[in-house]
Amino acid sequence: MKEWALGFADALLETLRDVAPIAAVVLVFQLLVFRKPFSNPHRLFVGFFYVILGITLFLEGLEMALFPLGDLMAQQLTAPDFIGATGTEIQVDWRAYFWVYLFAASIGFATTLAEPALIAVAIKASDISGGAISAWGLRLAVSVGVSIGLALGAYRIVTGTSLYAYIVAGYVIVMIQTAFAPKVIIGLAYDSGGVTTSTVTVPVVTALGLGLASTVPGRNPLLDGFGLIAFASVFPIITVLGYAQIAEWWSRCAERWSNNK
Amino acid sequence: MGLRLPESKRLLHNRFLRQLFGSVLDLAPVLGVVLFFQVIVIHQPIPDVGRLVGGMCLVILGLTFFIQGLEQGLFPIGEQMAHALARKGSVFWLIVFAFTLGFGTTIAEPALIAVADEAARIAAQGGVIQNSREAMTNYALGLRMTVALSVGFAIVVGVIRILKGWPLHYVIIAGYIGVVLMTLVAPPEIIGLAYDSGGVTTSTITVPLVTALGVGLSSSIRGRSPMVDGFGLIAFASLTPMIFVMAYGLLI
Repeated sequence: MKEWALGFADALLETLRDVAPIAAVVLVFQLLVFRKPFSNPHRLFVGFFYVILGITLFLEGLEMALFPLGDLMAQQLTAPDFIGATGTEIQVDWRAYFWVYLFAASIGFATTLAEPALIAVAIKASDISGGAISAWGLRLAVSVGVSIGLALGAYRIVTGTSLYAYIVAGYVIVMIQTAFAPKVIIGLAYDSGGVTTSTVTVPVVTALGLGLASTVPGRNPLLDGFGLIAFASVFPIITVLGYAQIAEWWSRCAERWSNNK
Repeated sequence: MGLRLPESKRLLHNRFLRQLFGSVLDLAPVLGVVLFFQVIVIHQPIPDVGRLVGGMCLVILGLTFFIQGLEQGLFPIGEQMAHALARKGSVFWLIVFAFTLGFGTTIAEPALIAVADEAARIAAQGGVIQNSREAMTNYALGLRMTVALSVGFAIVVGVIRILKGWPLHYVIIAGYIGVVLMTLVAPPEIIGLAYDSGGVTTSTITVPLVTALGVGLSSSIRGRSPMVDGFGLIAFASLTPMIFVMAYGLLI
């Protein structure tokens, strides 16, 4: 118990060090440039402390529970024994990796749903839209996007096709959707691409990418291990724009239907 | 007062419990996926159930505190800064603030430090730089500076966009074109890394602050709507690192 408490204190100090530059920027501006104290500083300070405590507990817990298990599972799922490869063939059929795609998709979905940065953006969006954009709906749409992106990304590593082609194709879809999607959702959709890839998702996904790239015959972990995160940032934009388009189309249909009645 | 205090305490208590329950729901899918794959697909026992349960409890507690702190600390701080900047009305200070916020939060980002070290190792193995400790440290530091500069630049451009009311998609499409063009000329070893570097810049503390800044600015400037103009800073901050990192790969 004592050891654990010391380890936790260490982790807390580390988080404090990470947020120090942010706190410094905020304080310097507030005190030297605006020259006025915060309103309700006590409450803000406690809130800021909660954030630091929360992030530390969160990361400690992930390192205890999820990351070792995620590593282990990525290794087990990509191991040649599990795939059913004998290790002599040069090319394994991409369908042999079925469970890997399913794992990538479901772990991407689940970790994105638990991503604190996404929760923050979803709360904000729901607040300022007056509830028109539901926090859960947005988070689900983003999670579905990450899930599709990671499954495709795993497929890309297995087949060894070009990362560039997939990402450019994703961009083209985003641009076409942007032209048709409701204006209010565009900024939020673009932002949700960036927030999916932080605390929970990145370590698990990186382990999976490196595991795949080092066990699939003919892949180089240095060249092919990267890129999964990029997939997880492009596809949520597509699903969030799609979600808004479907929601708009749905409400238009409902309106027309009730008008006809 | 004497009568109201216990009630408010009970409300606080309920709020905490509700949030705790929300966090349990948020984490349940992760646990479900892990158990399903480990037990049903891989047919292996869970290596250390005690650690898994203990760790999950910490994660749930952590998420609960984070969300409480978000609404009580981070969001109000970001909003107060945005309003103070808008009231001050000085474009100069706004830009300085935007840049230091982007640069300052990125340069110390642990995920970025890890990625930069990894990239230095790849570059040394690939013979791009000398395989010495000093060359690798310099390369990693250069990469971190590059990404931090690019995020600072991105927040500045994003804030100017909110001031001027430029449509977001023009800026983003310009960024996409930049990424595509740079990919054509950048050395192939750096491309995967560059694409991934966009994701590592947006940490759990930066995102709420930057979002609150964008939303706060656009709600205090007349003619801007927080929903249409407030978002997009994060998106831009994840695009520019890709361009800058590929440029770094070209120059080194």
